[in-house]
Amino acid sequence: MSIRIDQSLCTGCGLCRDVCPGGLIRQDERKKAFIPEPRDCWGCAACLKECGYGAIRYFLGSDMGGQGAYLVVKDEQGCLHWQINKNGLHTHIRVNKKEANIY
Amino acid sequence: MLKPKILTTDILIVGGGTAGCFAALTAAETSQAQVLIVEKAHIKRSGCLAAGVNALNAYLPEGETPESYLEYVRQDAAGVVREDLVFSLAQNFNRVTRKLEELGLRILKDADGHYVVRGRHSIKINGENIKPLLASSVAQYTNIRVLNRVNVTDYICREHKVVGVLAFSLEKDVFYVIYAKAVICATGGAAGLYRPNNPGFSRHKMWYCPFNTGAGYAMGIRAGAEMTGFEMRFIALRCKDTIAPTGTIAQGVKAVQVNGRGEEYLGRYAGILSTPMRLWATVAENQRGLGPCYLQTEGITVQQEEELYKAYLNMAPAQVLSWLDSGRNPRLANVEITGTEPYIVGGHCASGYWVDSRRATTLPGLFVAGDAAGGCPKKYVPGCLAEGEIAALSALEYSRGQESQTFSDDEMDAVRVRMNRCFDSRQSLYNAEQTEEAMQKIMDEYAGGIGTGYLIDGRKLAIAARKIQELLQCATEMHAENLPELLHIQEVVDRLYVCKVVIAHMQARKETRWPGYQQNADYPERDDPNWLKYVNSRYRAGKVEIVFRDIVKKGEFYEHSD
Repeated sequence: MSIRIDQSLCTGCGLCRDVCPGGLIRQDERKKAFIPEPRDCWGCAACLKECGYGAIRYFLGSDMGGQGAYLVVKDEQGCLHWQINKNGLHTHIRVNKKEANIY
Repeated sequence: MLKPKILTTDILIVGGGTAGCFAALTAAETSQAQVLIVEKAHIKRSGCLAAGVNALNAYLPEGETPESYLEYVRQDAAGVVREDLVFSLAQNFNRVTRKLEELGLRILKDADGHYVVRGRHSIKINGENIKPLLASSVAQYTNIRVLNRVNVTDYICREHKVVGVLAFSLEKDVFYVIYAKAVICATGGAAGLYRPNNPGFSRHKMWYCPFNTGAGYAMGIRAGAEMTGFEMRFIALRCKDTIAPTGTIAQGVKAVQVNGRGEEYLGRYAGILSTPMRLWATVAENQRGLGPCYLQTEGITVQQEEELYKAYLNMAPAQVLSWLDSGRNPRLANVEITGTEPYIVGGHCASGYWVDSRRATTLPGLFVAGDAAGGCPKKYVPGCLAEGEIAALSALEYSRGQESQTFSDDEMDAVRVRMNRCFDSRQSLYNAEQTEEAMQKIMDEYAGGIGTGYLIDGRKLAIAARKIQELLQCATEMHAENLPELLHIQEVVDRLYVCKVVIAHMQARKETRWPGYQQNADYPERDDPNWLKYVNSRYRAGKVEIVFRDIVKKGEFYEHSD
């Protein structure tokens, strides 16, 4: 379980680096984010929510039964738009931030 | 070479998680005191609520009272709780919950405006943004300053009184000497002591925050503070692999626990269905060859499944990814459950600092709240808020009579050497990562980890104690090249101190009080006549000295006396 950062989409804003509760994300000389030790990720998804550019993908390690799917999220108009991508198929789940969970 | 920076404040809060932020808000609202939060990460998403939380598990709906909550906790924790502490938090659960709602937390309400209850004491929320809400509230006060990305290593003590802390920056070559009139420890508990469920690539995919390294406990242990209940480890019942919560499924869609043959098994194990027994029954079914165990979700509706997805995305998104990646969504396949590695965490179990009713530790000037504070299981989020409030008010009162302290030049030179010793050290026998791996292996094999079904016995504990001490000795000479390495060394050393105390407490309690959490093969029965008491300890001259104390009842106002 960890994240992958697509540096071609990273704008170098550093917001993901700021919020990581483990301080795991760093910026290179071009300010692009990278995670030197992906094994140390807790999977909290704080960085994904900060990234307005979809540069961070959240995936399961093979030790957790991962089979190639990944998760991205966009924070837009009071909702978190989660998207799970598997083999080119997208599942979209919208969570309104103003609504409490039913469960 | 780290260069010194000296700060002074009135109230210093170590750790800007739930309890720490709420303590800061309380101090800022009720006084003109200068408040400083020192946080290892960034308070916007630090601590165990980084991903969010999807219920407040300590709320008293109509029909429940502080008395009934205390009774529930006393039963669940088999009697060894600080009744004064549990009761004082329960009295404040509903008020702090309403305050959290005023700060912006969304809570599910029925048509009459009452909170919707899930289980006896839980209410349903959208807690994805609970930390950002607390952080933005903190930012509104000019008398609260936040130092993010600064790691506290030790208390500064003067004649056993805590007068500040030492810390180092994780971004620049600076160490901090911070003097304060009162200090509140709100660091959280300890994960990563034992070999985790996923020991390889996903080693940090654990229930409790892997960045909660027991720093607050370790600082207190080294300073000689009295600790309590470290033998009452918390082992969570969780969804397998993702280690995501199970309560949302169990209470949300009323899924029962079934074994590999599809039989409901809890009834076989427990007269009283306590939190430890739900876990222990699952371990036992597996040991009898009747596993794996599941939450029976097969056949739930499409709508129920969608609501489960939303709830999990708000606190444990890996679970939803796992369902959709595998194609085994909960409607189609039961959800496998497992026990986690043991954690030391005062918000769920009784382990932490031994405090008086005001949340003062045995070190004058040091107060404590949240997962770092002991004696009071099942605080959950509302309890951490309420405890942050009590600790803040007590710290404020204490601080009024105090003067700021300062180091002499000689003391400052000694601190400079101490804070730089890992950079000055020539070489490590083993690095922090290797030491951590060794520690987790020892704890797993000899101190009741997953690998041994959580069972402990005196012979293995003696081996664990010896091996942890050997590791601690090797760890004194570790070399760091940079700040992340320095942090990693500090974290593993802190964990080793916590392990020492966990082992000593488990050796001391010669009975079995909480199956799974503390199950002693040498003493397999619960023994109320002899063991309805607290196991406490103080670290003196390299040794963990055990102290036994009598149960503090509700209505008693407990003060430290010896």
